Amino acid sequence: MAAPVIELSGLTRTYPGSPPVTALRSADLVIEEGGYVAVTGPSGSGKSTLLHLLGLLDAPTSGRYLLDGLDTSQLKDKDRSALRGRRIGFVFQAFHLLPYRTALENVQLAELYNRTPRAGRLPAAVEALQLVGLGHRLDALPVTLSGGESQRVAIARALVNRPSLVLCDEPTGNLDSANAAALMGLLDELNSDGFTIVVITHDLAVAAHARRMIAISDGRLSERAGVSHA
Amino acid sequence: MRRSATGLPAPRLTVRDTAAEAIAGIVQRPGRAVLTMLGTVLGVGAFVAVLGLTATGAGQISKQFTVLEDTTVSVEDNGPANNVAAPGTNPAIGFPANADTIADRIGGVAAAGVWWPVTLPDNAGFSASQALSGETSQTISLLAASPGAVNAMGLDLVAGSPLTAYENDTRQHVALIDTTTAAALGISANRLASDPAVFVDGIAYTVIGVYSSAQRVVSDESAMLIPERTALADYGNPQPGIGGEEEAQMIVATKIGAAQRVAGEIAAAELPTDPKRLVVTSPASPQNLQSEVSSDLNGLFLILALVSLLIGAVGIANTTLVAVLERTEEIGLRRALGARPRHIATQFLAESTALGTLGGLIGTCIGVGTVVIFAATKDWTAILNPVYTLPAPLIGSVVGLLAGLYPALRASRTSPLAALRHA
Repeated sequence: MAAPVIELSGLTRTYPGSPPVTALRSADLVIEEGGYVAVTGPSGSGKSTLLHLLGLLDAPTSGRYLLDGLDTSQLKDKDRSALRGRRIGFVFQAFHLLPYRTALENVQLAELYNRTPRAGRLPAAVEALQLVGLGHRLDALPVTLSGGESQRVAIARALVNRPSLVLCDEPTGNLDSANAAALMGLLDELNSDGFTIVVITHDLAVAAHARRMIAISDGRLSERAGVSHA
Repeated sequence: MRRSATGLPAPRLTVRDTAAEAIAGIVQRPGRAVLTMLGTVLGVGAFVAVLGLTATGAGQISKQFTVLEDTTVSVEDNGPANNVAAPGTNPAIGFPANADTIADRIGGVAAAGVWWPVTLPDNAGFSASQALSGETSQTISLLAASPGAVNAMGLDLVAGSPLTAYENDTRQHVALIDTTTAAALGISANRLASDPAVFVDGIAYTVIGVYSSAQRVVSDESAMLIPERTALADYGNPQPGIGGEEEAQMIVATKIGAAQRVAGEIAAAELPTDPKRLVVTSPASPQNLQSEVSSDLNGLFLILALVSLLIGAVGIANTTLVAVLERTEEIGLRRALGARPRHIATQFLAESTALGTLGGLIGTCIGVGTVVIFAATKDWTAILNPVYTLPAPLIGSVVGLLAGLYPALRASRTSPLAALRHA
């Protein structure tokens, strides 16, 4: 059995207020290396909270989150930033490409903060763009890219550091169905290449691509019947 | 390389990467960058231009001063020690009878002579011979002057001729008047051949010359010059004593650069028996003059430059703050890509500093250009002090740095969650 990339035990996040809102209740989850997991649920179910916690963008109120076997709950911001920059690749619904920079420069942005030697940045970025099938559009500006191409640049940016976890937040939310299908095909391929992928979505058709589906409702996780891809 | 609990090195943003990000941030929005820099450009430009223009102007002023002042030596008669004059000399005049000739023998003297203001009786008036406009003018002063003194005054004659030794020695009743007086008295410079006369207290003086301007002594007043010996005969002796209104004086026009030397020698040459009776005034050092003029003007204009810089700082601070708010998602993205709050702060600080520096550079260029063009159109020598000019772009940097502090702080506090908000 592959080593776990993510291990959650009793992970809880409560937002202060009156009354306090518990967005995630005592979540337990293990995702192995090479896993392909979809987390689904309606809005307000706690999807975003789980995403923030998995992405180390937010800290849990209680419970443990082990990423690559490291207990992240005790880490300082410096180390959390280092883990984010090196071990996690984010794919956002809104792409978040810098508008005045080319595809290549946008991908290289992910190598800026994590001590990638300068000489290695360009080849790695080119390789990542080739991996998502955009080897011919290296110098294109985001305005000239279609939605599907933009999201593929964003995926290349997420992959360029070869992260332990690719965290996708509604990756097809801004795409039409044809582009969405193509993008999910790309994620499937990347998973076959060995990347561990977690997709957070409310779209069951997207979730159906994953090998494992987890439903979230009122802050509680529940395993759904696995959809097997042959 | 520091290893941490994660086994990963801490995130880092190198100086080179910071600079690259800052320049990219500016170059990508050139229009906005130019507008943002405007205040700094104006402030630094004003600073450089003001200092340059005042230095250039002061240099020019003192240059004009020095040409005249540097060639002017004046000697005043302090009066005899015990009211006893040397044998054979006039006790009221400290200068010997041949004072002009003695002065001419000193190396470096161009012209020199004795003069004094003549005191007229209280009700004395000036009037012209042709009683057409016998108007008297109270501002006319009557001066006794030797031929050498008239030469040293550097009169610019529009008609007639200067005083001759003959006219002085024979106590002729002749006079030189300025154009203003001539006009007031109705004397035309073209009609000197008809020997017009000016009556002073009933005594007629034939006008032998009319001057339009003078370099020394009578440069800024209306004056009528008569031979000193004529004055002695008509009005008596001048009154010795420094500060007295009618003391005899000597005006010396020297060759350029000779004033100090002439000043050192003239008292002993003129009155070897009692040189201390003569008080010599030599020109002020040109350097002092220059710095005095500049410091007066600089103060005011530097305040103006400071105000422009302040406006520049507010402009950069404002735009950077807007950029921070506008780029919330970018900040969130960078945080998600591993940037620490300090990296975000550094990036925005670097951007505002780079903007300020660029503004400072452009401003310095404009300032230098202004000074050079201004000086060129006036045919002046442009003076730019490198001590102020070379570091001027750094003023822009400091303005940019200070202006970026608050926006950078705001940026560093932006939550990384900002990137995940669905646009």
